[in-house]
Amino acid sequence: MVGKNCFAIASDRRLGVQLQTIATDFQRVFKIHDKLYIGLSGLGTDAQTLYQRLVFRHKLYQLREERDMKPETFASLVSAILYEKRFGPYFCQPVIAGLGEDNKPFICTMDCIGAKELAKDFVVSGTASESLYGACESMYKPNMEPEELFETVSQALMSSVDRDCLSGWGGYVLIV
Amino acid sequence: MTGSMDLPTKGGFNFDLCKRNANLEMKGLKLPGFLKTGTTIVGLVFQDGVVLGADTRATEGPIVADKNCEKIHFMAPNIYCCGAGTAADTEAVTDMVSSQLQLHRYATGRESRVVTALTLLKSHLFKYQGHVSAALVLGGVDCTGPHLHTVYPHGSTDTLPFATMGSGSLAAMSVFESQYKEGLTREEGIQLVTAAIRGGIFNDLGSGSNVDVCVITKGKTEYLRNHELPNPRTYVSSKGYSFTKGQTEVLSTKITLLKQKVEVTEGGDAMEE
Repeated sequence: MVGKNCFAIASDRRLGVQLQTIATDFQRVFKIHDKLYIGLSGLGTDAQTLYQRLVFRHKLYQLREERDMKPETFASLVSAILYEKRFGPYFCQPVIAGLGEDNKPFICTMDCIGAKELAKDFVVSGTASESLYGACESMYKPNMEPEELFETVSQALMSSVDRDCLSGWGGYVLIV
Repeated sequence: MTGSMDLPTKGGFNFDLCKRNANLEMKGLKLPGFLKTGTTIVGLVFQDGVVLGADTRATEGPIVADKNCEKIHFMAPNIYCCGAGTAADTEAVTDMVSSQLQLHRYATGRESRVVTALTLLKSHLFKYQGHVSAALVLGGVDCTGPHLHTVYPHGSTDTLPFATMGSGSLAAMSVFESQYKEGLTREEGIQLVTAAIRGGIFNDLGSGSNVDVCVITKGKTEYLRNHELPNPRTYVSSKGYSFTKGQTEVLSTKITLLKQKVEVTEGGDAMEE
């Protein structure tokens, strides 16, 4: 979710195999660099593999260009990597959030084959995505300060996740 | 196999995960749905050029994933393409052909022709036998005049004076068939296109939100993004939600200050010596 010169990215903490819970502290939001985070919902193994691939590509980029990748560029990179597997995709829907030039927040989400969806307010993905759309649509306000953004994101996440059996066990929220 | 995995790939599709995915699907894991555009896209030829129109809704099953997405893609300064079908496919195919057209422009030194884009698109789509699910309305004006084509996912094409594609194509086509005539002016063309898209928006469940229009004439292209907004958001609550600080139970907080990056630029010495 986008705020005033800041963004928030949040995920729940449950890892499960259909109805059985395996872990209650699974990390789904990963750091690419100080101002760029990616959250990966879907199959746990694909989320971790995709994260490792992306970190590898970003490190190569840093070595060549001697700077961090811009969020828009990173989104195009993720889209290309996912589309390459168009006929045998990763079972993963990423949510990308970062601060671009002049600390302008950037968010986008993709489906599992890389169709980018940019938004100016909020993006959601995962098993509770339908509830999340509803909760974010009603709770979002433009230009929120970081503290208010934190409260809004947490309440939206908690309320949606409570309506979904496959998500839960609290959440991680990162505000940048 | 371990050696080849980490090099940046040469392009084209990679089928490494197909076998694994087939096994997972047998074990009961359902593939998550793709983002479809469930669209109404139209194009028509008027006296000075071509007008393209599209709605702006992107759906994921029955849910609207994006209320204002862009379906009119840039191919060349004088050629634009509307896309329906699987969103990733339309975006990838139009980006790819747009880059190929740019390289072709550098090689020939001339403005791109619409038939070039058409042939590149249809040969790519035919190669993948319809599995790349992109249905396109391609329009542009080049040195041979205004052109409008439709491209189907299996690679067949049609050349028409007015065309519609997508789930809302029947609703839009009914508007065109009753009101199209040759030699329309620019204003009449834009009005007819917006009427056709509105027909799709209000009568087709897969199309909705706003109307995008693109007018291409010789030497000038105007992309009217959100030309009409017939579905404004009326359910805004003036009070909104306001959460008091500390309402959410926090288990632990960790604050990391971002490191300041210091850029050291030495007074550029010449490299020769």
